[in-house]
Amino acid sequence: MSKLVQALNSARVRGWLYQALFVSGTLAVGWYLVSNTLTNLSKRGVATGFGFLNREAGFEIGESLLTYAASDTYLKAMVVGLLNTLTVSAVAIVLASILGIVIGVARLSSNWMVGRFAAVFVETVRNVPLLLQLVVWYTIMNRLPSPREALEVVPHVFLSNRGLKFPTFVEHAGHGWAFLALILGIVGAVLVVRYGRKHRETTGKPFPTLPLALASVVLPPVAVFVGSGAPFAFDVPVLAGFNFEGGAAVTPEFTALLIGLSVYTAGFIAEIVRSGILAVPHGQTEAGLALGLSPAHILRLIILPQALRVIVPPLTSQYLNLTKNSSLAVAIGYPDLVSVTNTSANQTGQVVEAVAMMMAVYLIISLCIAGFMNWYNRKVALVTR
Amino acid sequence: MSKDSTPHSTAALAASFEEEPSQASVTSLPGGVTALKPFGWAKNNLFNTKLNTVLTLLCCAILWFAVPPMVNWLVVNAVWLGTSDECRAAAGACWSIIVVKHRLIFFGTYPFDEQWRPFLACALFVAMLGVSGVRAFWRPWLAGAWALVLVAMGVLMWGGVFGLTHVPNDKWGGLPITLMLSVFAITLAFPLSILLALGRQSSLPAIRSLCVGFIELMRGVPLVSVLFMASVMFPLFLPEGVTIDKLLRALAGLTLFTAAYLAEAVRGGLQAIPKGQYEAADALSLSYWQKTTLIILPQALRMVIPPIVNQFISCFKDTSLVTIVGLYDLLTAATVATTDPEWRPFFAEVYVFAGLMFWIFCFSMSRYSQWLERMANRYNRR
Amino acid sequence: MISKLQAAALAAVVTLPLALTGTAQAGATFDGVKQKGYVQCGVNLGLYGFSAPDDKGKWTGLDVDVCRAVAAAMFGDSEKVKYTPLSAQQRLPALQSGEIDLLARNTTRTLSRDTANGLNFAPTNYYDGQGFMVSAKLGLKSAKQLNGATVCVLPGTTTEQNVADFFRANKMNFKPVVIEKNEELHKAFFSGRCDALTSDASQLAAIRAAETQNPNDYLILPELISKEPLSPAIRQGDDEWANLVTWAFFAMVQAEEKGITSENVDASMTSPDPDVKRLLGVTAGNGKALGVEENWAYTIIKQVGNYAQSFERNVGAGSKLKMPRGQNALYTEGGLMYAPPLK
Repeated sequence: MSKLVQALNSARVRGWLYQALFVSGTLAVGWYLVSNTLTNLSKRGVATGFGFLNREAGFEIGESLLTYAASDTYLKAMVVGLLNTLTVSAVAIVLASILGIVIGVARLSSNWMVGRFAAVFVETVRNVPLLLQLVVWYTIMNRLPSPREALEVVPHVFLSNRGLKFPTFVEHAGHGWAFLALILGIVGAVLVVRYGRKHRETTGKPFPTLPLALASVVLPPVAVFVGSGAPFAFDVPVLAGFNFEGGAAVTPEFTALLIGLSVYTAGFIAEIVRSGILAVPHGQTEAGLALGLSPAHILRLIILPQALRVIVPPLTSQYLNLTKNSSLAVAIGYPDLVSVTNTSANQTGQVVEAVAMMMAVYLIISLCIAGFMNWYNRKVALVTR
Repeated sequence: MSKDSTPHSTAALAASFEEEPSQASVTSLPGGVTALKPFGWAKNNLFNTKLNTVLTLLCCAILWFAVPPMVNWLVVNAVWLGTSDECRAAAGACWSIIVVKHRLIFFGTYPFDEQWRPFLACALFVAMLGVSGVRAFWRPWLAGAWALVLVAMGVLMWGGVFGLTHVPNDKWGGLPITLMLSVFAITLAFPLSILLALGRQSSLPAIRSLCVGFIELMRGVPLVSVLFMASVMFPLFLPEGVTIDKLLRALAGLTLFTAAYLAEAVRGGLQAIPKGQYEAADALSLSYWQKTTLIILPQALRMVIPPIVNQFISCFKDTSLVTIVGLYDLLTAATVATTDPEWRPFFAEVYVFAGLMFWIFCFSMSRYSQWLERMANRYNRR
Repeated sequence: MISKLQAAALAAVVTLPLALTGTAQAGATFDGVKQKGYVQCGVNLGLYGFSAPDDKGKWTGLDVDVCRAVAAAMFGDSEKVKYTPLSAQQRLPALQSGEIDLLARNTTRTLSRDTANGLNFAPTNYYDGQGFMVSAKLGLKSAKQLNGATVCVLPGTTTEQNVADFFRANKMNFKPVVIEKNEELHKAFFSGRCDALTSDASQLAAIRAAETQNPNDYLILPELISKEPLSPAIRQGDDEWANLVTWAFFAMVQAEEKGITSENVDASMTSPDPDVKRLLGVTAGNGKALGVEENWAYTIIKQVGNYAQSFERNVGAGSKLKMPRGQNALYTEGGLMYAPPLK
């Protein structure tokens, strides 16, 4: 008996007991809910399972990176939706970062007016729901002229309420080689940057990293391109029937979602950047000046590396938020994962399966982004002791 | 601008606008001619470098082209009290749609003759928010006052006592829904988030991994899908015949979602507590719960007040998504107001109005959270 | 609240073994509704004329009137309804899960909904068909000229599939623009984002009448590419409840056939017509068969009106939509509305 009391008082035993209780409780609740759902569905004669994924979807999707037609399966429709989500998120993350950094730096500008402008921008976009902003952007997009009165921004590039139409290259063997050269060029640029850093660290002398790296990226593909006879052939958009044919297009839905997400997130990123820069003590700048570094060098070599440590963790959550916020696309007609899933769920009536799939996919995307950013964070984090 | 505008005071002025050390004080010359003061300020803050001159001119150009048409549309050419036909003829904004529809926008489907009740509830609520903002009132009685106000709000909204007619909550809509959803979500999420954060820091692997799993699951999926789950699929999870109110389900979804984010903020506070505090508590042989409630949490929670306010702002904005699950929040009610054929062309005005409503609430709260942060920093610096 | 929950849970536990054996719980909803004292009705979040809150926040519309008629028949009070606004995606799960008792949300009756989704449909309260609306400037004569067009579609309905089917059948292609909210979709169309707007033809007419300065600027193409019988829905295996919903609606149609309106219904009580006598409960029998008061149809007509009144008030001449009766006229006037004999 006393042994039992003793055992119960031991922290380890109690820990195991708590855990066992907690886990079994969670499992019991989970089982209860699942069994309820299955009972409810079977009782009402609602079909269950993922068999619907292989059936013909029967609806069209407005824009797609893959070739998709109504005769394809639900599974393929959802993959198309997923790719659309990924595209808009990836581009928006880049744009939001650039815009956010510019605005964040502008808020710290010595120019009073620029600072005010940035502040007004940040306070406006951060304090109005994104859903409302998206709707407003979409309304603006739709105010553009119709295809027949399209604005020809530069020759063969048309801006209308059908989106931005631009010419594309007609495929040619030379392009493949130029692309290969581009990849090799990027690899070369990475090597140059590495060498430059090593050179600076060992000799203390500056190394013209940027021009060399740029040259490495730009020159080889251009050389290959010209060398292969510069196969310039454009697929030019022309007005035919209702719309432009040929070329490629950026649709208003995509643009509105892209602008909305970028601008909204940029407001948050700007604040993160600002606080990151402010977090670096002014003494660091002064020390840099005392060492005779140029302002650009101070920013790049002293301020930014230290500011990044403060910036990266909150930036990660902003990137995650942006990706998840792209689900508001349903409100303005961009065929993202949620939109396609909704249609599928509706047509098949299998809401539980469809929503579960959608959540799982978002979770995977989020985990990937979080994983990448954590890796990056470890790279820039201060190494102590 | 103040009469006394020596460079020092202009710098202070600039600094009071921006929380940053102004460059102006560095680059400006000491002293300065009195007659040149405004010019001196402009020269130091707007035209001190070539780049700044270009930027300033650019900003002026933007203002020149953007402001007059906006003012014309918003005010000069606007119709304030006219009919929809007058609006169609006018070149400016049609604010009469707001005048005609304001009660639908603010109170949704709440019975028309009883709408003074949600109005009073909202007013009480906003007043209470204002009172809670004052640090001097952060006393135990404030919690009591909140409890009272929430009960009063419940009585006003539901009715059924004191001669008020009963209004079931499926008729609620507009601003009260937005306010109540966000406040209840954050209030309910708060204790849950503390438990989750503690669970995540726990040394017991099963509890830790379950908490981590929950937090990451909630943070990994869009709120839309959580709300969808809560409002569409949740009834399927329950045995037949048991139904939970739609508003409650949306609230549950919002609460769980907010709790996961809040838990991360609380974890930040927990991690910021020096290890010595834990060790000292252990040395006093306090139990886990004694250590947590008496030593750790009071310190940690003080640190996370600003992030909590920020989370409240985003929760407030997120309530606009409940439209997707068919609840009449402020934004839904506003959109429904534009479905009337007579007033359909004037959606822009309604959007501007709804945006302004959200902006007023969020902006004042964000200002408040910035102030709190400054206060906290002031104490820390000392 | 708790006790109600507990009671419900208890009831569920008791009925669970029965349910598992596969016997349909006939009358479960009927008794449940009677017990709780109101009808929980799933409606559209805001579709003018069908279901939308008016300026005073009161639900009105053709679909809403079905809910009110059922409540009037059941409780003698058309106000004993609680409305659950539902998005297109939510509506079927809401009905399946028992959250609502009746779905009156412009839902098209289809075979798959009747079977795989576990629904039953009451008689169609609005016959519709999907069409296209285009700008008159385009000079189109037929939907078959729409090859390559961009088409605005409302999701979560049968329209998405219909339009894809139509274009496939005619070997044409198109680009859909799919927007969840009606208002946003219409705005997109009128701003020229799409060449054509596709929806139920009645909707198109209503949209054209209500949202354009000059309705002649827009043309509704002659082809109707689908049949859209919009019908109230209930769960499968709920026969008693299905009977009540069905006949509550038929009573409204029958009243129109007999020329009985909410104004003259009191005078009609003395009518010598045996059909009218049976309808209004002067001759007893119908009420008992349905399990409600004998004056159930009288209450419907008195409080909600007959079908014509409901139609005119919500979508017809008396409304801002001004839609013609068309297919929804009585069979005697070339329409499809036909009430089986109430005897």
